[in-house]
Amino acid sequence: MSDTSKTVKPQETAPPEDPTAAPVAVVDPRLLVRDEGFKGYLTEFKRKVRGGELGSLPVIIGLAVIWTVFQTQDSLFLSSTNLANISYFLAATGMLAIGLVFVLLLGEIDLSVGSVSGLSAAVFAVLATTHGVNPWLSVLLAILTGVVIGAVQGWFFARIGVPAFVVTLAGFLGWNGLMLWLLGDSGSLSIEDKGLLHLLGQRSFFMDQAVIGAYLLAGLGTLTMLAGSLIEQSRRRKAGVPFRPTSEIALRVGALAVVSFVAAYVLNQATGVSNALVIFLAALVITDFILRRTSYGRKIFAVGGSIEAARRAGINVAVVRISVFAISGGFAALGGLFFAAQTYTATLGAGGGNVLMLAIAAAVIGGTSLFGGRGNVWSALLGMLVIQSIQTGLDLLNMNTSLQYMITGAVLLAAVVIDSVSRKSQKTSGRG
Amino acid sequence: MSATPVLALRGVSKRFGAVQALTDVDLEVHAGEVVALVGDNGAGKSTLVKTIAGVHPIDEGTIEWEGAPVSINRPNDAQGLGVATVYQDLALCDNLDVVGNLYLGRELRRGGVLDEVTMEQRSRELLNTLSIRIPSVRIPIASLSGGQRQVVAIARALIGEPKVVILDEPTAALGVEQTAQVLDLVERLRERGLGVILISHNMADVKAVADTVHVLRLGKNNGSFPVKDTSHEEIIAAITGATDNAVTRRQGRRSTEAAK
Repeated sequence: MSDTSKTVKPQETAPPEDPTAAPVAVVDPRLLVRDEGFKGYLTEFKRKVRGGELGSLPVIIGLAVIWTVFQTQDSLFLSSTNLANISYFLAATGMLAIGLVFVLLLGEIDLSVGSVSGLSAAVFAVLATTHGVNPWLSVLLAILTGVVIGAVQGWFFARIGVPAFVVTLAGFLGWNGLMLWLLGDSGSLSIEDKGLLHLLGQRSFFMDQAVIGAYLLAGLGTLTMLAGSLIEQSRRRKAGVPFRPTSEIALRVGALAVVSFVAAYVLNQATGVSNALVIFLAALVITDFILRRTSYGRKIFAVGGSIEAARRAGINVAVVRISVFAISGGFAALGGLFFAAQTYTATLGAGGGNVLMLAIAAAVIGGTSLFGGRGNVWSALLGMLVIQSIQTGLDLLNMNTSLQYMITGAVLLAAVVIDSVSRKSQKTSGRG
Repeated sequence: MSATPVLALRGVSKRFGAVQALTDVDLEVHAGEVVALVGDNGAGKSTLVKTIAGVHPIDEGTIEWEGAPVSINRPNDAQGLGVATVYQDLALCDNLDVVGNLYLGRELRRGGVLDEVTMEQRSRELLNTLSIRIPSVRIPIASLSGGQRQVVAIARALIGEPKVVILDEPTAALGVEQTAQVLDLVERLRERGLGVILISHNMADVKAVADTVHVLRLGKNNGSFPVKDTSHEEIIAAITGATDNAVTRRQGRRSTEAAK
């Protein structure tokens, strides 16, 4: 690291202590200690960026650029109605992206999520519309279809040793075929506006568009983070391990509060918070908790980091892999229902086109590495904000599909390049 | 030293395809004993260790744990018995931090949720009692040096309160001071009443800490010596198979002459 001399803060004032006397209190002189105050955050931030820990930085810059460009082209882009549209439509592909984050954390890929989402919508429509099965039971069975499909693909990958790329490519084709066969006679099936599909629809809003609803959500999120951070701080203080200073907690919670309350205000200007978005956010919170706070999540990261190390630590690598592919299939199925609810039909084209590419792009753009072991589910949200902004913006400008595809392809390529480059610089600065 | 060995291997054999990696190998480890396992490259040391650790199930023979025969087919079985292994290739997850690696596979939980605070606290305590200096327990393994990774790997073996610790070439990548620390650590393990299997190429290390030297040659037992009464040359001779050559004959003649 080139700026070591600047950021190291040796304990010049402290007398040379006997290292055995107070080993806990002595900060290792090799460790880069952050300076006090705001300047400290800035230098640490610079060091991290230089070391390739870009985190959410590219996606935030990208989002700013995209919003600026589209706003200059069409003043309606940043209108509350359009932003509400973006927030509604990002949920469907976002669900697929959540599942993909799990798979990407293993360093694998699931190419079947698009087809599985289409199949799930078809299964639901056939059950609920053609056979008149209870809509909630149909939802359950549709999601179960996705989970089983994912588990089967995972089994081929984990137990037989077929590369995940090939298994899911076969699934990409096969499940699409199954969907076409299911819908064969009718071509497309309409879906009744009730049950979960009503909640996911475009006319369903949190607390029936009550103004207080959006602020309630924003407040709940902020308070949860504040309480969680403070509880953790006090536990750490009691246990005598390093803890986040209160100033940093205030900064983080403040940032979240600003973002969430501004978002709530903007959405209230339009229609309120769509229930689809609320369900998507809830899924993010739950999956984030699973990945970071449970030993199952730790296992996923371990397998993504080093399979051999995970295996020797007694982790059943095959079970982790199969379960992760099942999760991916489940989220793909759920995402398919989100898509179906947008138009209340299960169509032959569902889950086709660029849905798969957009979901992968979202996960990678959001900061989850293609190489495994690094990332979080929030990248599904951040990445989808970028992707959906581009889509909506191009729609506003009446650009045709050809251009949309090319631009989305370029964005995906850019995201992968950033991922690869940051991985390289992480290797050289030893944070790989 | 107790009469019943904590761990005993009797007539263990292991094949990989056409290669007979281990043939009829016996090994005993008592509580509070450091057994050095030595041998040339390809002698089967690592394979033997992996059969005990459950990475490679044995083909023939029996493994006894505290006198009772057991079967070790998976790493979990070995861990469950109380065997902890530090491999030569360390097997740490680069993307996880020190705490995450120390507790990998046996995370502490509080109400179903990872108890990061207690894990971090205990990690620091453990590293301090072992006099291991790591800049921070919250940095990823990728940013540690080779020696630091080695001590983390050894510390990790002690988290589960094992009865037998296997160290595969623990000092091979270390500097002078860290080697001394690891050897101190090995003695501390013995004082705690643990059985230690130490694989090493370094005879100075072996003579410094081991109680018994067990020699493997071409996958077979080639002698077991108490360290105190055995010379450097005898061990080397057993390792290389050069038990009968000009040097040993001359030595033998001299010693018999001296005895007269």
